[in-house]
Amino acid sequence: MKNIWILSRMTFREAVRRRIVATGLALGLCFLMVYSIGFHFIYVSARSAETALQSSAMNQAVVQIADVEGINTLLLAGLYAVTFLAIAMAALLAADTLSGEISSGTIQTILTKPIRRFEIILGKWLGFAFLLGLYLLLMGGGTVASVFIQAAYLPDHLAAGLALIYFEALLIMTISMACSSTMSALATGGVVFGLYGLAFIGGWIEQFGAIIQNQTAIKVGIIASLIIPSESLWRRAAFEMQTPLTGALGMSPFGTFSVPSLLMIAYTAVYLIVTLIITVRVFERRDI
Amino acid sequence: MSEAFAIETLALRKVFGEQAAVKSLTLQVQQGEVFGFLGPNGAGKTTSIKMLLGLVAPTSGSASLLGAPIGNKEMLRCMGFLPEHFRFQEWLTASEFLELHGQLYGMPGPDLRSRIDELLERVGLSDFRNKLLRTFSKGMLQRIGLAQALLNRPRLVFLDEPTSGLDPVGRRLVRDIIHELKDQGTSVFLNSHLLSEIEVTCDRVAFIRHGEVVRVMELSSLDIGQINVTMRAKGLTADMTAGLSQWGKNIQIDGENVSMSLSAESAMPEITRYLVLHGAEVYALTPKHASLEEVFIETVGKDGGL
Repeated sequence: MKNIWILSRMTFREAVRRRIVATGLALGLCFLMVYSIGFHFIYVSARSAETALQSSAMNQAVVQIADVEGINTLLLAGLYAVTFLAIAMAALLAADTLSGEISSGTIQTILTKPIRRFEIILGKWLGFAFLLGLYLLLMGGGTVASVFIQAAYLPDHLAAGLALIYFEALLIMTISMACSSTMSALATGGVVFGLYGLAFIGGWIEQFGAIIQNQTAIKVGIIASLIIPSESLWRRAAFEMQTPLTGALGMSPFGTFSVPSLLMIAYTAVYLIVTLIITVRVFERRDI
Repeated sequence: MSEAFAIETLALRKVFGEQAAVKSLTLQVQQGEVFGFLGPNGAGKTTSIKMLLGLVAPTSGSASLLGAPIGNKEMLRCMGFLPEHFRFQEWLTASEFLELHGQLYGMPGPDLRSRIDELLERVGLSDFRNKLLRTFSKGMLQRIGLAQALLNRPRLVFLDEPTSGLDPVGRRLVRDIIHELKDQGTSVFLNSHLLSEIEVTCDRVAFIRHGEVVRVMELSSLDIGQINVTMRAKGLTADMTAGLSQWGKNIQIDGENVSMSLSAESAMPEITRYLVLHGAEVYALTPKHASLEEVFIETVGKDGGL
């Protein structure tokens, strides 16, 4: 246990020292600034148009609904971008971690200490998980805070939504680490983003399948999600946070029509744990 | 396997694909011994060391270090290792680097801190303790790597090419440290291409070729063996040179220069006296010990075992 803690601290310190944290922070703040400014102008102009419309009591109710729908869509658009950035961060952080240290030989002095190889995997995993948590707290929290400050709006099930996005980042990080235990960093990056692309397109096929009520398309999407369940986590997160009206009408590009079941979420959890176990097994058998 | 040995291997073998990197390594290193591991490039030295350290799993055979099987946690607590390419966590400072590795050895805080101070001083890096390893030269990295290998006051140390990046002062330091380790009873397993270093530090050496030990020898036997001498003398006669054969053999004469092999160093003053008494003018009489390099080439072959 102590070794896992030492190694996770080492992983975190490495990210700080190699300016990964500072770069992520700086670019994250840029993102939040642009998002806030964009939100401000869209919100203000929408507001003035609405004020002009608010003549009758009937209109007022409609406008209020449109108002919330618009804000929710903008918020989900922001969180969708945050999710993508978190995934990129997760893939990049873990891609080089084992492969790079094996090829440079840095890992040799670590592995010849009285520690077990699984402790290295778990230590690094926890270090990255902590980093990704911080990143999402900044980015996701910042996006939500920006909307809340300007429009006094919080989506439903915010905590569940952010937790699912975090879960997705952890999943991608775990897959990236698994690849990194046997492949080069470059190959890892290729595989992880390839899988992400598969999940992405599978998700959209399932969405359109749901709109046009085509069972085959839905099945294709589900199969893609079983191969790599990352996108279904985002869709579940969006489902949790979208307004009930969007859910009913299926109007928003960032909302969800075909909602991944809780069974899918449980499957993803098992998927992550199994991936981690395989990584440990592969790494334990590997010649360094 | 007994704890009498620091390292004991029996027919250790590693096959990569179709290729046997190490055919069959059988070797015994005594406790407290400085043991040199010699062989040409590609002889399987690195793979052998990696197997002993638990980095590479042997295909077959067995080995024990300090009486425990490879990878045993308690054994690893008593072992130190300086890898060949000494690539370390370059984003750490020198003292942080040692702290990390000391923690991984499970060393308690106060002991670790005093040990770090002591070792930084010993390898001459005290002034650089708060500098990032990224800014270190090759020689400095090797020094900090050496300190890392000694943190836990190991009973067995593996040094893989410990002097390759060092200037003469650094090499001297490594040599002194190896002598200190020997005095403390630490076993040292030294892999080096610098035969002159091996010659002055090791008790015994093993030559390996094609992944097998072809010869193990005590380095002191280099002196016990025959000595080649060369002499330069004027006024030598055929009778005189014939008389030299009572002290040795392989006598070769080239004008004033004579070379021959003696069985003992004590023959040298006798030869001088003999030549002078018979009227020769002796200008020089120089002993030439068989060097490790000659033994190396004789053992592994001029082709380097390729």
